[in-house]
Amino acid sequence: MNKTTLILLKVLVWAACLYPAAVLVYGAVTGNLGPDPTKTITFSTGLAALRLLVISLAITPLRKFSPRLSWLIKFRRLLGLFAFFYASLHLMAYVGLYSYFDPNAMVQDILKRRFITVGVLAWLLMVPLALTSTTGWIKRLGGKNWNRLHKLVYASVCLGLLHYWWQVKSGVTTPLGITLVMAALFVARPLLDWWKARKTAALRAA
Amino acid sequence: MLIRKPDAVSGSNIPSSEITPKEKWLSRRSLLTGAAAAGAMAFGVERVADVFAPQGTALAAGKLETVKSPLTTTGEELTTLKDITSYNNFYEFGTDKSDPAKNAGVLPTRPWAIQVTGLVKAPKTFDIDALLKLRPLEDRVYRFRCVEGWSMVIPWVGYSLSELIKQCDPLSNAKYVQFLSYYSGKVEKWAPFGYSWPYSEGLRMDEAMNPLTLLTLGLYGDELPKQDGAPVRLIVPWKYGFKSAKSIVQIKFTDKQPRTTWNDQASNEYGFYSNVNPNVDHPRWSQKSERRIGQPFFAQRHPTLMFNGYGGQVASLYNGMDLKKYY
Repeated sequence: MNKTTLILLKVLVWAACLYPAAVLVYGAVTGNLGPDPTKTITFSTGLAALRLLVISLAITPLRKFSPRLSWLIKFRRLLGLFAFFYASLHLMAYVGLYSYFDPNAMVQDILKRRFITVGVLAWLLMVPLALTSTTGWIKRLGGKNWNRLHKLVYASVCLGLLHYWWQVKSGVTTPLGITLVMAALFVARPLLDWWKARKTAALRAA
Repeated sequence: MLIRKPDAVSGSNIPSSEITPKEKWLSRRSLLTGAAAAGAMAFGVERVADVFAPQGTALAAGKLETVKSPLTTTGEELTTLKDITSYNNFYEFGTDKSDPAKNAGVLPTRPWAIQVTGLVKAPKTFDIDALLKLRPLEDRVYRFRCVEGWSMVIPWVGYSLSELIKQCDPLSNAKYVQFLSYYSGKVEKWAPFGYSWPYSEGLRMDEAMNPLTLLTLGLYGDELPKQDGAPVRLIVPWKYGFKSAKSIVQIKFTDKQPRTTWNDQASNEYGFYSNVNPNVDHPRWSQKSERRIGQPFFAQRHPTLMFNGYGGQVASLYNGMDLKKYY
């Protein structure tokens, strides 16, 4: 890929990642956040975080699928950091608009309500990943350790999905779509590894 | 428990000192409207106009002939007709809040009748046109608090359910009243699986006879929009919204507590009583405060009042009851 295409793609990805936030800012300024603005803000930031996390986790399976897609790795850090950005906005919406900055209420919520417990855990797991996302930290930790640490993202996305399921009313299935996509990505990794191994074996035999 | 003095008939337990005089909120609103309109023009947006327009107009332009009621709630800014008719929980027409406004148009509201069954002297049927003429229709503004944590202030039209019950001749062993909503799998094809349709709700007899319990036939001076439970629904203002069954086709008097839809679905989350109570949390969220629909996000949250502010009229119904146990 040449440099111009890469820059163009980066601009597009930045624009796409900023889109949900831009919609919220525009809505807040013009009074177009819908009948329940608090819920609109909380829901759209949470959904953006989960979606970006899932998209960032699709990159490795896609690269395994075809070496021609290996350039996608250049976008993984960006997507992951934007996922963390939206997860943080989501957490701030809870802190500011639900608990009204009352530390007592927050502690009570985290202890008593399992969907909040797992939501906070999912965010906490993302913190070390965001902090060690720089090239400097990759060098300091060494590729192997860095990779091992960043496996935490799987725990984070699972807790995030659980947070979504536990938050909706019984019988409501809106989290189903994103859960199926994530499940497919989980299954894709070992399947692609197996498929690759078979291909290599076949080549060797020939 | 707070017991209000029995002479409180304003429909609100807000002390008079806290009620904003009409001239003041009128001018405050015009000020807001002006500011908002200026902002809207700057951004080329028309929603602000929608927010403020229905208040004066819809109340006056309604087709229903209504009278004033001493049971109406005063001192609260009304939620707009637009929000009341576009943000609905009516699962038969879809689980998203915007679904009922899109889908409820197919609900056949004429002809319509309510069947009265169960422990009555003789079963009866009340046609919707007879119900509209049974008693003078009253304008009743009530706070509406959803169990999900949001609230509205809604100008309903109707009369006390007790007026209808008196004409039903219930037997002395009738202890509960069950309300069944219209359901047809062909019409309401959006109804999610796993629920026991038709929608069923119930009240204890004394709750049903309380004058605040409203047999509701209109909204903002007009007949009920379909997404809000046309042509006739219940409004029980001191209970969470799901207790107020929509599009009622049957009223059944029973001696046992009837099954109710949300209680069947998750009994730990939705009790039979479901009185609005800031001291009893929903398992998944606190009920101490609520988000008022239509207000900006930074000013949306308000404390939730015991019995939704109607304790003066209803607290005595629950004397001696542990409301944490009977949530």
